[in-house]
Amino acid sequence: MSADVEPVLEISGLSVAYRSAAGDVKAVENVSLALRPGEVVGLAGESGSGKSTLAYGACRLLRPPAVITDGGVTYRGRRLAGRSVDILERSPAELRELRWREIAIVFQSAMNALNPVLRVRDQLLDVVEAHLTLGRQDARERVASLLDLVAIPRDRLRSYPHELSGGMRQRVMIAMALAVDPEVVIMDEPTTALDVVVQREILGQIVELKQRLGFAVLFITHDLSLLIELADRIAVMYAGQLVEVASAHAVHHGPAHPYTRGLLNSFPSLRGARRELAGIPGSPPDLRSLPPGCPFVPRCAFASDACTKLDMVLRPVPGASDQGHVSACPFVLPGAKAPGRPTEDVSEVAS
Amino acid sequence: MSAARRHADTLGGAAPPHAVVESPAARRGPLAMRADRLHKDFSIGRGRSRAVLSAVRDVSFDLHRRAVVALVGESGSGKSTVAKLLAGQEHPSSGTISLDGRPIDVASRRGFRRYKSSVQMVFQDPFSSLNPVHTVRYHLERPVRLHREVSGRDAVEAVLVGLAEQVRLTPAQQFLAKYPHELSGGQRQRVAIARALAAEPSVLLADEPVSMLDVSIRLEVLGLLSELRERYELAVLYITHDIASARYFADEALVMYAGEIVERGPAEAVTQQPAHPYTQLLVSSAPDPDALGSVLRSGSRVATRASGSALASARGCRFSPRCPFADDRCRTEAPPLVAVAPDRAAACFRLDVAAPALLHVHGGGGVEDMNQ
Repeated sequence: MSADVEPVLEISGLSVAYRSAAGDVKAVENVSLALRPGEVVGLAGESGSGKSTLAYGACRLLRPPAVITDGGVTYRGRRLAGRSVDILERSPAELRELRWREIAIVFQSAMNALNPVLRVRDQLLDVVEAHLTLGRQDARERVASLLDLVAIPRDRLRSYPHELSGGMRQRVMIAMALAVDPEVVIMDEPTTALDVVVQREILGQIVELKQRLGFAVLFITHDLSLLIELADRIAVMYAGQLVEVASAHAVHHGPAHPYTRGLLNSFPSLRGARRELAGIPGSPPDLRSLPPGCPFVPRCAFASDACTKLDMVLRPVPGASDQGHVSACPFVLPGAKAPGRPTEDVSEVAS
Repeated sequence: MSAARRHADTLGGAAPPHAVVESPAARRGPLAMRADRLHKDFSIGRGRSRAVLSAVRDVSFDLHRRAVVALVGESGSGKSTVAKLLAGQEHPSSGTISLDGRPIDVASRRGFRRYKSSVQMVFQDPFSSLNPVHTVRYHLERPVRLHREVSGRDAVEAVLVGLAEQVRLTPAQQFLAKYPHELSGGQRQRVAIARALAAEPSVLLADEPVSMLDVSIRLEVLGLLSELRERYELAVLYITHDIASARYFADEALVMYAGEIVERGPAEAVTQQPAHPYTQLLVSSAPDPDALGSVLRSGSRVATRASGSALASARGCRFSPRCPFADDRCRTEAPPLVAVAPDRAAACFRLDVAAPALLHVHGGGGVEDMNQ
């Protein structure tokens, strides 16, 4: 994916805060991220890192007490013929045109996202009729072909959500997102609740559909090992900020930020020699009381005094094979060895 | 006499009645708990559509002190039902569970109490397994007073502090005073582990203990469990859907499919050279960062496939509807677990096609036995 193609979705300096009596909780802080046409960008982070808030913020789907405090989101789709749309400036009516038609979302929990009292067909018809002007027969045909797309037999059109397995429900969600041929699909942990075998099938289907239909994907997950396989580029989030963005290859072979490395080391690998697994000591950050400077300092093996004064911006990683490889940590280069464990001792998993 | 039984008899008189193979967990410590031919049926539906679902069918295994046995399977495979049977929350339809050589007696109140103090559980969700209106101290104090012979405030307090420190909730006094909502997921799960330890159990049943936790702290909790089983000589049953974690954490892995154990053996061997087609499918479905770019391109257009039926009336191998190697025999006859190595077994008729390398290495005696 060359860097000079104009991004279809561009998030620049976005900040989101949750308002509370005790003050703002900064869930997303100054995040910039671009999604180019046909690209799969993975957004990795643990619960509370702000990855979902970022994605919903970019579509203006946040509800109070969440407020966008700063930044911009620009959308440039093929159908807009060169025009660009500032999503944060649109009126609600204009947003309705944009959502689903241009940017669709697949939510995590298919059980909750589907309406339990409507048949699959009616739910799909709703979407198609709301966004396209088609005759009744054409709309029905389109709905049926959507099920073909995700390999669900057409006789399931009359099923209610509870009559489908978890994997099928998630496939219906994907069909629904693709119903009106969007340019961008945001997928929020679409396979987390599924068994690995089903997860694999669905991911294969997403990749195949993406290649066929040419949409771009923002794929949100906590599973970094999955993203390495699936995504073109990966953005890693910690405590509401991006800490590293790089190609999947660079993340796998030369991760720079200590948090990214810690995450990679947290997955027991099934293949290859047994590695020493470390995990990351300490607890995930409390967004209400972040330390000054880099938020990862309390858990970082490389931390020094300079880190507490660090300005959290993404800087190019020197000597990286990937031109676009940026990291928020200027002190640690890919391959650097940790000076020793901080705070508590983390025992390895027994052999 | 079943074929598996016949094969087991050839192993010699020392083998327990159900054992097809020697458990790799047995090397780590003495036997603590034995599940022997457990069955659990549930009846589902009403009237004409009434049917019997075998959630657990002919499941046998041993838990040894200081050893971790992983029970691996997808949702609905019956792994949690096994945990409930072992914990005494459900009664098996047939089969026996014995603790330290004695069949368990949970019918009497006292028998149940004694059993509960020896067998403790850690649940999946640390957010719902702790009572939000009580402090950590309360959660730990109750089992200590119930199951341990400690009395006197100071003595109990000393035990509580010790427990909190064992699970690395330090400073202990501070943590004991906290409420669950003041703790992170990892800390809550450590409270749940401390609560289990409070009863001084010999067996710990951990049902997906880390699957709800953040990735970065999972290893720490698993590491803690691993350390505690050494210190307290616990026999651990680790129930998980994540076969990769079983590789690192368990001595023996039991793979369950539709209520049955389809493969068992040393965790490393089972994950590195899976014998049963289902285990092979599980292993090949795990994310593989090294397969960069090749993603999922193979087999992406898999049509919706029938999944295995756990209905008691289903015939043949339960995996056969999904199995690429299934033949007519697989669809009509249920394959028993047979040894493929001294410490490994798999329930498959088609091992000669599914895992030829494995049979070649180990001579394949078990399978020949089956084919008589």
